[in-house]
Amino acid sequence: MSIRINPPHVIDKTSTKSIMLDVIIAMIPAMAVSVLFFGLNAMLVIITSVTACIALEYMCSIYWLKTKNNTQDLSAIVTGILLAFCLPGNLPLWMVIIGAFIAIVVTKMAFGGLGRNIFNPALAGRTFLFLAFPVQMTLWPKPNLRDFWNYDIKTGATALEIIKYSDVSTSATRLDNNEYLSSLPDYYDMFIGYISGSVGEISVAAILIGFFYLLYKKVITWHVPVFYMGTVFLIMYAVSLNSAEPIKYNSFLHVLSGGLMLGAVFMATDYTTSPMTAFGRIIFAVGCGVLTVLIRLNSVYMEGVAFSILIMNAFVPLIDKFTKPRIFGTGRK
Amino acid sequence: MYRTTGIYIKNNKISKYKEIVDAGVPEVVYIPLDRHVGAPAKPVVSKGAEVKIGTLVAKADETLSVNVYSSVAGKVVETDDKLITIKTSEDIYEKSIDTSEGIITEIPDSKTLILEKIRKAGIVGMGGAGFPAAVKLDIPETCKIECLVINGLEGEPYFTADNRLMVEKAEEIVIGARIINKLLGIQNAIIAVDEENKDAVKALVGVTKRYIGVNVKAVKNKYPTAAETQLIKKLFNVEIPKTKLTRDFGYIVHNVGTVYSIYNAVMKNKPLYERIVTVSGDAADNPQNFLVRAGTPASYLANKAGSIDNARLLICGGVMMGTEISDVNTPISLLDGGLLMFKKAKKDTEASPCIRCGRCSQNCPVHLQPFEIADRLKIGDTPKLYKLRPSDCINCGICSYLCPAKIPLLDFIKMAKEQIR
Ligand code: SF4
Ligand code: SF4
Repeated sequence: MSIRINPPHVIDKTSTKSIMLDVIIAMIPAMAVSVLFFGLNAMLVIITSVTACIALEYMCSIYWLKTKNNTQDLSAIVTGILLAFCLPGNLPLWMVIIGAFIAIVVTKMAFGGLGRNIFNPALAGRTFLFLAFPVQMTLWPKPNLRDFWNYDIKTGATALEIIKYSDVSTSATRLDNNEYLSSLPDYYDMFIGYISGSVGEISVAAILIGFFYLLYKKVITWHVPVFYMGTVFLIMYAVSLNSAEPIKYNSFLHVLSGGLMLGAVFMATDYTTSPMTAFGRIIFAVGCGVLTVLIRLNSVYMEGVAFSILIMNAFVPLIDKFTKPRIFGTGRK
Repeated sequence: MYRTTGIYIKNNKISKYKEIVDAGVPEVVYIPLDRHVGAPAKPVVSKGAEVKIGTLVAKADETLSVNVYSSVAGKVVETDDKLITIKTSEDIYEKSIDTSEGIITEIPDSKTLILEKIRKAGIVGMGGAGFPAAVKLDIPETCKIECLVINGLEGEPYFTADNRLMVEKAEEIVIGARIINKLLGIQNAIIAVDEENKDAVKALVGVTKRYIGVNVKAVKNKYPTAAETQLIKKLFNVEIPKTKLTRDFGYIVHNVGTVYSIYNAVMKNKPLYERIVTVSGDAADNPQNFLVRAGTPASYLANKAGSIDNARLLICGGVMMGTEISDVNTPISLLDGGLLMFKKAKKDTEASPCIRCGRCSQNCPVHLQPFEIADRLKIGDTPKLYKLRPSDCINCGICSYLCPAKIPLLDFIKMAKEQIR
């Protein structure tokens, strides 16, 4: 413990811990929605993920990095919740633990712990699971409000999967394809979150509440989410104008469903793995947006958020280097 | 690009409406000789000498130095390079000082005479900088000054001394501004006042109607707008780098306290030996603004506003830039706008790792990268440190204040300054 003698003699109340706590609070609505719609399984995924992250972080910080108990700053809980948020609600729990291991041990602690990791831990964990267990990671349970104990789990495709596989040429008739597309959820369900998808991504409304809470608490600025989602929206809109199948590029669908909003609000805004300056953050967000569109349209994957953010994470040092502010009184006439 | 123009800090101006009160004469004063910028003054009195209020006790040693005057009448009990200790007796003024009440408006004609009077009176920048005023006002022919800025903003929370001075001595300040106008050969002085200090704005506006060449401007007072270069940026949108002087850009900035002292020196022949000090903080039962003589011990002053026994933490100066003092007899100097007393000692804070939130760099008024300076310092990367220019730091303390990881960034920056010197 050290008492500071030097000025300033007062310091702001905001601390790493209070910031993490705010992020946790901001995620509560999304957690509540997922438990409501996906039932016990989703709850177990969240609890397992958080517990595993805390335990792993604790062990690493004590036995490996030999720092003090790092879990006190609550960042492990944030990572745990975020990891659970990008997993399907019925993922076997041992896979969740593997994801937590990749997130905390490999991505965070191996780089030196909080503040030193290059990649977003939760996304790295999810991406590892996605590549290792592609089948389980794309079995999305259908929401069911009346089935908390998960007696009857049906799985269904996400909206992005539906539009990805809609194809006029291969369907027998145009009518077939239209029927197929009619399984798309409507906007209202998407907004509330009564759709298939990963634990935390389903409800636009819940994520928006979290977003506004973070803005109000000044934990994040609007730049990253707005520029990220805006970029995806605009490119998709431009593409859909000249397309035979506008539904594939429906910009609303792309922004409202899938992990875009979750990623833009909670993952791309992570301090450690995003640039420091507002201008840098805008570059970062636009980069994420462009990559997301490219992946969604040109690859075999329907999602692109996790990959895009991870790729942009790697560019953060470079972006930081080129967006350094000029020092007061220099470089201006 | 998006960046803040200062931050909001709870300003706690509790003593804003408290009239200035004479703090009286303590039994002993310790007059500091080295608190200004430049060489310490050389004592010219020796032990046992009788002094009056306004007696020269130490002489400017070089051009960049100031004369120091006694703030009390009494007997010198000790002198050394840094302090002159005087045991006080009943107030007697030097004969040259005009102690009458009235306001004198007739400004002397000779510029050299004005400057000489300011130089002789030992006036220093009272906003905290402590730069000899006569040196600042001795403008070389090549500099063309366009505007005199009188800084009435108090950035530090709790401070209300300058505010009260503007309310109660508005006319003197305006005349002081005109004296400087005359010296600079201009008719353009702006008094910048915190827009929240409505009394001060009203008082000054009332007076400036009767005088030409002095105007009042109310500005939003975020922290650290009160800093010289930040104020100029706010008023004129001109950025002055640390390596340059404001006069190179056509501006001269003086604190209101300094201007008031200049009035006293030129019109009343009164050298600088006292100032207004805010005594405040949660341990002060009755936070007030005092007229304090230089060298008054902190304990004496603290007891005027409460009891020093209640204070666990005593700060000479403000909470953002002041100094914590452990010796209760530390003398108040002419640069200290406040003495703050708090019931609680500072809490233990332990730094945790930087989470790269960017708060420090986004809010640094001179756009430095405090976290990176701290990092480079730790690994000893001196060449890179030069490029990060820690020497441009204005010591505002915002980075340390905001850092959620509680890293004492300003301490690191000060170390970095030393390192690259
Ligand atoms: S103390 Fe220095 S580095 Fe820190 S914010 Fe103020 S000017 Fe910037
Ligand atoms: S404010 Fe503190 S935690 Fe944030 S970037 Fe600066 S040093 Fe790091």
